Amino acid sequence: MMDLRENGPETATEMTDYNFAYLDEQTKRMIRRAILKGLAIPGYQVPFASREMPMPYGWGTGGVQVSAATLTPEDTFKVIDQGADDTTNAVSIRKFFERTAGVATTEETSKASVIQTRHRIPEEPLREDQILVYQVPIPEPLRFLEPSEVETRKMHSLEEYGLMHVKLYEDISRHGAIATAYAYPVKVEGRYVMDPSPIPKFDNPKLEMAAIQLFGAGREQRIYALPPWCRVVSLDFEDYPFEASKADAPCDLCGADDSYLDEVIMDDSGTRMFVCSDTDYCASRRAAGHVGAQGAIEQEGAA
Amino acid sequence: MIQGETNGPLLSVRGVTHMYGKRIGCADVHFDLYPGEVMGIVGESGSGKSTLLNCLAGHLVPDRGEVLFEMRDGAVKDTVTMSEPERRMLGRTDWAFVHQHARDGLRMNVSAGGNVGERLMAVGARHYGGIRAEAVDWLDRVEIAESRVDDRPTQFSGGMQQRLQIARNLVTGPRLVFMDEPTGGLDVSVQARLLDLLRGLVREMGLSAIIVTHDLAVVRLLADRLMVMKDGQVVETGLTDQVLDDPQHAYTQLLVSSVLQV
Repeated sequence: MMDLRENGPETATEMTDYNFAYLDEQTKRMIRRAILKGLAIPGYQVPFASREMPMPYGWGTGGVQVSAATLTPEDTFKVIDQGADDTTNAVSIRKFFERTAGVATTEETSKASVIQTRHRIPEEPLREDQILVYQVPIPEPLRFLEPSEVETRKMHSLEEYGLMHVKLYEDISRHGAIATAYAYPVKVEGRYVMDPSPIPKFDNPKLEMAAIQLFGAGREQRIYALPPWCRVVSLDFEDYPFEASKADAPCDLCGADDSYLDEVIMDDSGTRMFVCSDTDYCASRRAAGHVGAQGAIEQEGAA
Repeated sequence: MIQGETNGPLLSVRGVTHMYGKRIGCADVHFDLYPGEVMGIVGESGSGKSTLLNCLAGHLVPDRGEVLFEMRDGAVKDTVTMSEPERRMLGRTDWAFVHQHARDGLRMNVSAGGNVGERLMAVGARHYGGIRAEAVDWLDRVEIAESRVDDRPTQFSGGMQQRLQIARNLVTGPRLVFMDEPTGGLDVSVQARLLDLLRGLVREMGLSAIIVTHDLAVVRLLADRLMVMKDGQVVETGLTDQVLDDPQHAYTQLLVSSVLQV
């Protein structure tokens, strides 16, 4: 342990128990290589030697490893889970890095330099000095159509993506529209078909952004990446074009009609309200004086 | 059945040999298949006919020999040495492979329409309405009602699954069809209808086909020429009627005389 720490970067904090950001330097180096390869081949799934992390698979072990390899002591870290900063997954990962890396954390999107996310892209446009790290459960977009990994790899390498459209065809024939609402497949730079992790398809157009996007799948041992402003096209049919959909209502707290909404059931009689899934976006809008249909009531209740 | 446009054979097989370790799969097979011609390969189980078919269709790599195929642009290429993307492209455009068991050739959890449309989408069709219309048209041609287009193959009978497999394969207008026991496991009345359908499609589309079977009645109906295999070797070739009516090789004589006369 001591040796590893001495090889690591100097940390000004009172770190005594862990190497900076939990992982040893050799592991971080291995992950960084995978990240660089992923950035060089946008959308390509790079295999990497995923480590055991002190949390179960499915809780973001891939994202955590990518974040660990990306963070520097000067970074400010933000974690969101379904857009929210205050859910279990987000809170525990944020605490994990507070303890093991001693980095500053924030809930404000604009102040963060590294943002780890599960299932959402923040509403506020990201800048080129920011990095967005996704937690990915199943990186292979073809998995549910073709169970063999050998075969899917061959399909990627030979660019045989007809099967992806079979899935969309099935959607339309069964539901009358492309019913895939999240993990909507995209084609990156006209080459690799990629699973954007289970973000709602509302977020798909935002995948073309200024920030670097890194995707980590711990259990499946894959890392992939999108460099800034990489061309990302959602797959569709000519007569059934891609549509970024969301609940057709404004946020009941902040009144925003351009953000992705969660539907919350309020009582047993079926009263429901729509609220922004991005808590920071909603909070900063309310701080700026925007009020939704039920926002006023909420404020009175709190006061 | 030999058609005039190009005089060369569509497929030339030159000395194809495939070994399973020290045992022979098929040995030194030579033949030419001309456009519009249907070739039958018969023989008992283990005679190497399926091995040969898989070597020709690119599923197995032969140890020796050449499989020369005349591409759409007229160039003749060895499919054994061509690049894998090119071979797989052939597999979804110019070639079709009908498996004995329909479940090997179908996606069982995808609707009939999706199964037929897959090849179209694989070669770049991106118009849902167009793909669906084509699928419905093909289901009609193989006598599957339009109302079944959104049903999954699991809800189809064995004969319907086999017909669906044929529609799925023929939708891109292939020039060469490989069939491995296409009527195996079907009862005789269903077999008869399937054969009728195949015969119609072969004539109508001018398909070339290689049919592997152990059922002599199938080749009698479908094949122009016949090749008899035994222990991995070709023991007799000739026009179908000639071989069946006047078998020369002892094994062919045994095969022909073994057919039950009803």
